[in-house]
Amino acid sequence: MGRYINEARAAALTARRRCASAALAHLLRLVAYGVVAVFVGLAAYVAYRAAPVLRPSFFLQAPRGGMLEGGVATCIYGTAALLLLTAACAVPLGVLAAVYLNEFVGGGRGARVVRAGVNNLAGVPSIVFGLFGLGFFVKFLHLDVSLLAASFTLAVMVLPIIIVATEEALRAVPTDLRLGSAALGATRWQTISRVVLPNAVPGIITGTVLSIGRVAGETAPILFTGAAFYLPYLPATPREQFMELSYHIFAMATQASDITKSLPIAFGATCALLLLVFAFNLTGVLYRARLRSRKRW
Amino acid sequence: MRTRSRSWVKYALPLAAAALSFAVPGVIGWLLLWGGLAAFAALVSGAAAARFIPRRVREGVVNAAVTAAGYAAVVFIALIFIFIFKEGGAAFVHIPPREFLRTLWQPALEPPRYGVLPLVTGSVLVTVLSLLVAVPVGVGTSVYLAEIAGAREREVIKPVVELLAAVPSVVYGLLGMVILGDVIPRLTGTPFRLNALNGGLVLAVMLTPMLASLAEDALFSVPHAYRTASYALGATKGETIRRVLLPAASSGVAAAVLLALARTVGETMAVLLATGNATILTLNPLSSVRTLTATIAIEMGETAFGSEHYHVLFALGIMLFAVTFAVNLAAEVIMGRFARRYRR
Repeated sequence: MGRYINEARAAALTARRRCASAALAHLLRLVAYGVVAVFVGLAAYVAYRAAPVLRPSFFLQAPRGGMLEGGVATCIYGTAALLLLTAACAVPLGVLAAVYLNEFVGGGRGARVVRAGVNNLAGVPSIVFGLFGLGFFVKFLHLDVSLLAASFTLAVMVLPIIIVATEEALRAVPTDLRLGSAALGATRWQTISRVVLPNAVPGIITGTVLSIGRVAGETAPILFTGAAFYLPYLPATPREQFMELSYHIFAMATQASDITKSLPIAFGATCALLLLVFAFNLTGVLYRARLRSRKRW
Repeated sequence: MRTRSRSWVKYALPLAAAALSFAVPGVIGWLLLWGGLAAFAALVSGAAAARFIPRRVREGVVNAAVTAAGYAAVVFIALIFIFIFKEGGAAFVHIPPREFLRTLWQPALEPPRYGVLPLVTGSVLVTVLSLLVAVPVGVGTSVYLAEIAGAREREVIKPVVELLAAVPSVVYGLLGMVILGDVIPRLTGTPFRLNALNGGLVLAVMLTPMLASLAEDALFSVPHAYRTASYALGATKGETIRRVLLPAASSGVAAAVLLALARTVGETMAVLLATGNATILTLNPLSSVRTLTATIAIEMGETAFGSEHYHVLFALGIMLFAVTFAVNLAAEVIMGRFARRYRR
């Protein structure tokens, strides 16, 4: 800090310190606004590059003409089917697992083991999930390269995210409700199924929507487990391959025969994917905000 | 009342399960699907459907089901471990370990060369570049959000950061390929349109929101008394941030950086599109490089199941798994200590 010799120097020092503080604040503001600017800029760029193909028919037509014309309808269908099947597998399992962690065990050894498993699963790279899906679901369980194998792979990936989100919803249910239920003679399961879960349902739905939104654009896990480069028809059963939006973006950006024609399609597919992902996020966030504003306890 | 309104569910769910299972001919897929849906049906209809079963039996069955679901995550992490090592371990049986330490990766040559060094340097280079950019920007954003921004500013910046985090990696890869692929060669004169710097910058944009929200959590868990005490001593806001808050939150921020590191090393689609994927052994950021993850993504489609190349690609998966596992573990330990220190 230095020694104060007279008041004038002290005042100068104070002024300098104030100045340094303000400078840091401005610098940080610049950084934070920069992040916002990057987002706005990128969104605008995507819309600009997609503009040549963006019309309603783009979302309603299948790819045509060596995939250089037409739309992305088959990809949207595939993405929707993938996410639905993924949710159907992961949500029941994830909710039960969260019930186990939050209602069944306190801080015991079982809870520590399970929590470590959840944390580790959340940290596994997406391409390793792809390898696992190939080795386990596709080859070992003989599901072949299919919608089902891809959904299972993605379900394993989203499981830890759903568990964490559901736990948060369960924790928000006040302990008093559980104690009140127990005092009325309810068993643990009666308390969970009739008091805790009904009160946590909105929170669980929010968490699930946000979780599914987070894996909606994952490409690496489905690369070798189910996504098809081109499919002239819609998959009728979960045992078939499917086209998917994020994989379509990748294919159009790297493997198309004519990049000048395929790039606008890649950006159009990007628009569709971003709309989907943002819709998931917005729904989740708005619903969460509404829940918070009318909490009963 | 609740039981009554839910009673249709106990019929609807098994029916839905039956309908779905008809679409799934494989016996195992059939069983898996049934298992999941039956567990859910048991959960929802639970007490209502089993009114005539003695309460103790009911509780026992439900306990077993919930406990089994609880351990699902453990089972899956074990299965991932087993299958990655089973498929990847075979590579080490046929190929002597020193073959992997060479500088040439050319699986198509005869004999094939599996030197992973160019892939490792590629991954390291891209990761370091991305962290060099993302850590200052991400932590800076988090400090601004936690300490400086007003409530209305937060209301704008926070959702934007969350949306940035929600953008899929393939989209970032596409943008890096198209935008930076033009800008970087023009500014630097490099002959590589796609290069390590491109991949690093793309990953930096991806990591920033993650770092910002994790570091913000760390800053929020520093007790408010630290701030008031610092101001009471006459410190300015800038001094409080630099000398009090950041040091106090440093281990939380360090854990955030480690989590970001693990995420970068494992990131696939963005680097696949942005780095150019040439297997060159180099540390030049303006050269095209190929990462471990990109190699798996590119080559797995072209290999025959069970071939030597297939097993080697799984061995790369073991490397990725091991590195991210260790880094995540370290982050978890640091985070645990940090949380304990400021527990109120």
